[in-house]
Amino acid sequence: MIIYLNGEEHQIEAGTSLTTLVSGLVADPRGVAIERNRIIVMKSQWDQTILADGDQLEFVQFVGGG
Amino acid sequence: MLAGDEGLTEAAKDLNHDDSWTVAGRTFKSRLIIGTGKYRDYAQNAAAAEAAGVEIVTVAVRRVNLSDPSQPRLTDYVDPKRYTYLPNTAGCFTAEDALRTLRLAREAGGWSLVKLEVLSDQKTLYPDMIETLEATKVLVKEGFDVMVYCTDDPVFARRLEDAGACAIMPLGAPIGSGLGIQNPVNIRLIVEAARVPVLVDAGVGTASEAAIAMELGCDGVLMNTAIAEAKDPIRMARAMKHAVLAGRDAYLAGRMGRKRYADPSSPLAGLI
Repeated sequence: MIIYLNGEEHQIEAGTSLTTLVSGLVADPRGVAIERNRIIVMKSQWDQTILADGDQLEFVQFVGGG
Repeated sequence: MLAGDEGLTEAAKDLNHDDSWTVAGRTFKSRLIIGTGKYRDYAQNAAAAEAAGVEIVTVAVRRVNLSDPSQPRLTDYVDPKRYTYLPNTAGCFTAEDALRTLRLAREAGGWSLVKLEVLSDQKTLYPDMIETLEATKVLVKEGFDVMVYCTDDPVFARRLEDAGACAIMPLGAPIGSGLGIQNPVNIRLIVEAARVPVLVDAGVGTASEAAIAMELGCDGVLMNTAIAEAKDPIRMARAMKHAVLAGRDAYLAGRMGRKRYADPSSPLAGLI
């Protein structure tokens, strides 16, 4: 199935949890915040969050800025 | 007695003691805050923070670079254990965008001290005060400690404070312009009326302008471009540290009165 991750199409297996998706993409998830369909998913909820077709995800972190 | 007090007069010891400031219950010694944008790289940024002697740095919230995980990360250079990260909403043009950004920032960092800025247009990056005030009210209700970037309008500054802002941060001049403190009268009016810290945020171009902000009685100064775009950012960072200290001391010392004519410093009696 297809999800949208930081604006890009992304193919994943049905039943994939947020934790599984994160661990495959981000070496160190500390300091990463995630929004799923505009709602923040707290780290403690990543395990039990099973992604659905068409989900819009945003992975953000702190970067240099003014 | 503090280290370095040995052999000093009582008056000199007083000067040696901290002159700290407190925002939302957090106390800091350095009155300079710097941004972490526009530097050549994060290593230069870290060196500038060190030279500036800062305790707070502003940071932005952006998408994780998933296509290139080897990209350097700010946290590897500017240690969040050593520096207080102040998440900022630079680049947000509506209250809604700013709220979304700061809610994510709180989740990413786990703390509630944030800096709000809601901008009006790309050309001036001037604060949109209607959106800013609305966003401040929502953030305060949600338990954030909000330091607010704003115009140098004393009325809006008071409105922000009434809405629960924990610090008022009027611009000296447009972001990244380096034009200096354009309206010292307004900055002073804001300082005199405020019961929360006032920090000049944006517009400072060189050290003397940071000193002016402090001489006006501000609690601190926030800058980014003045350091990052100096030919030697590390040296400018140090210059800003000294300027903020000098300006603060001059403010506390109380400047002499201005006179229309000369007043000799040497006694007139005993002239040969």
